[in-house]
Amino acid sequence: MSGNVAALLEVRDIVIRFGGVTAVGGVSFDVGRHQICGLIGPNGAGKTSLFNCISGFYRPSEGQISLEGRRISDLPRHRMMGLGIGRTFQNLALFRSMTVRQNVLAGAHSQGKAGFLAAALRLPSSTREAAAAEDRARALLALLDLEQFAELPVAGLPFGWQKRVELARALISRPKLLLLDEPAGGLNHSEVDALAELFHDIRRNFELSILLVEHHMNLVMRVSDKVVALNFGKKIADGTPAEVRSTPEVISAYLGEQAHAA
Amino acid sequence: MASETTTPTVLASARPARPALRYAGLLWAIGIALLLPLFTAESYRLFQLTLAAIYAIAILGLNLVTGYNGQISLGHGAFYAVGAYVAAIMMDKFGLPYWSTLPSAAVVCGLVGYGIGFPALRLGGLYLALTTFSLAVAVPQILKYKGIEEWTGGVQGVLVFKPDAPFGLPLSNDQYLYLLTVAIALGVFLLARNLMASRIGRAIMAIRDHGLAAEAMGMDAARLKTSTFAVSAGITGLAGALSAIAVEFVSPDSFQVALSITLFVGMVVGGVASIIGPAFGGLFVVFVPNLAEEVSKAAPGVIYGIILIAFLFVLPGGVAGLLRRLAARLHR
Repeated sequence: MSGNVAALLEVRDIVIRFGGVTAVGGVSFDVGRHQICGLIGPNGAGKTSLFNCISGFYRPSEGQISLEGRRISDLPRHRMMGLGIGRTFQNLALFRSMTVRQNVLAGAHSQGKAGFLAAALRLPSSTREAAAAEDRARALLALLDLEQFAELPVAGLPFGWQKRVELARALISRPKLLLLDEPAGGLNHSEVDALAELFHDIRRNFELSILLVEHHMNLVMRVSDKVVALNFGKKIADGTPAEVRSTPEVISAYLGEQAHAA
Repeated sequence: MASETTTPTVLASARPARPALRYAGLLWAIGIALLLPLFTAESYRLFQLTLAAIYAIAILGLNLVTGYNGQISLGHGAFYAVGAYVAAIMMDKFGLPYWSTLPSAAVVCGLVGYGIGFPALRLGGLYLALTTFSLAVAVPQILKYKGIEEWTGGVQGVLVFKPDAPFGLPLSNDQYLYLLTVAIALGVFLLARNLMASRIGRAIMAIRDHGLAAEAMGMDAARLKTSTFAVSAGITGLAGALSAIAVEFVSPDSFQVALSITLFVGMVVGGVASIIGPAFGGLFVVFVPNLAEEVSKAAPGVIYGIILIAFLFVLPGGVAGLLRRLAARLHR
């Protein structure tokens, strides 16, 4: 299968500077098809900057990022979802005045075509498209146990459930690559365990790759096929969880946290 | 096999029967309420109701951009004015039929809105508020400008005439105009409702709620904001054209800054980000100033202010908020 040879996401020599500060100094790595890749590093390692570059929120100062061989690092960020990159946010970025169902449906925007006129006149093309999106939203709400909240305003849900809504919203457009920004942040132990299960379910059901930035070592090591470790804007390790865990630079970068990871 | 296919359809048709009945009843009630003035109201009252329906359309336009999209416009009166002048000039200078002025005014105002929204919306909320406000200030003076006096009639304005009822219908001008305006308003409200229930409507609200997340969902925020502004301006322009026909006169002084503020007040009173709200907003801005005048000839402004504040105290979500609470109680 030649499809496995080319990586889904290729990150090449990315440099990100903010004024005089270099947040990321030349990082390269790949994410393969159907692979779960964890991006780790201590605070200030440049994980979030890199993540924001891949999701199109920052432009890299140097280097390039490609999805399926197509360069994406110079495209506007609203194009990413249409190309197959879905994301969640670290501190929740839901549409707070809308219901859970509306939030999930909003994620399907890039899959629709109907414009103002078609939508206002309810032309057949627009209602057909809307019905298809409704079906997918229903399936996702069921998959993520969100049905009982579907018609409630999203802002009133507990934090962990809001995170699930974000996940559903990112998944409805069937992305090829799902970017998760600290998915375990703010969750308790049992919720984190459930999350690990969920990621494997999602990969199986949606046939996608996942790139997650995460502080929670335990989760990253458990779910990832591959881990990329950053420190001070440089890559210090790249390999299986076991390989990365035993890399001296990673151990020294984490010091006390290493005990927690093991 | 047969039972498998029939059971769900039976269930599907049996279950929503009662809400559907209630819905039909509500529609009948609204229909009767809208038709009743035709037979009971004297012509001035009918004119006021026509005006309220026109304001309702204008306020709906404003609500799309300000309520749903979160972009503050303090100058929608300018689009109302442009729409009114487009209608008046088409009828007076070109002898075109009144009905042809309505889509024309909507298109012209939509284009003007696009032209203004394109740069202003990229600057963000408060800049748009100021840009639109300056438009509202400038438009009445532009309408007086000597160079275009031949078209606009300068300070004199333009006189137009109310159309007669077509097909020999036994209706007075006022009755026909009321019916026409209400029909157009219903059409516009229905289209707006469809729009807001669609992917475009969701995107319009998503951009208001969280611009960055909206872009991450694939929504081209800059383009959608500009288009929303254009559509909003077009709807308000259509209302302006209807107002020219109903009032039979346009002049720069009819479209001062206060008009834009009036539309804004109507939006808040009716209910921000609501489709039905603007209908009540239209009634409020037409009838409450008259009420204030009746209470006190000396200081109607004070009375109007007091009523407005009292209104917002009693109905914080506008009339639409009250209706939403009532509907929620009924459903329980």
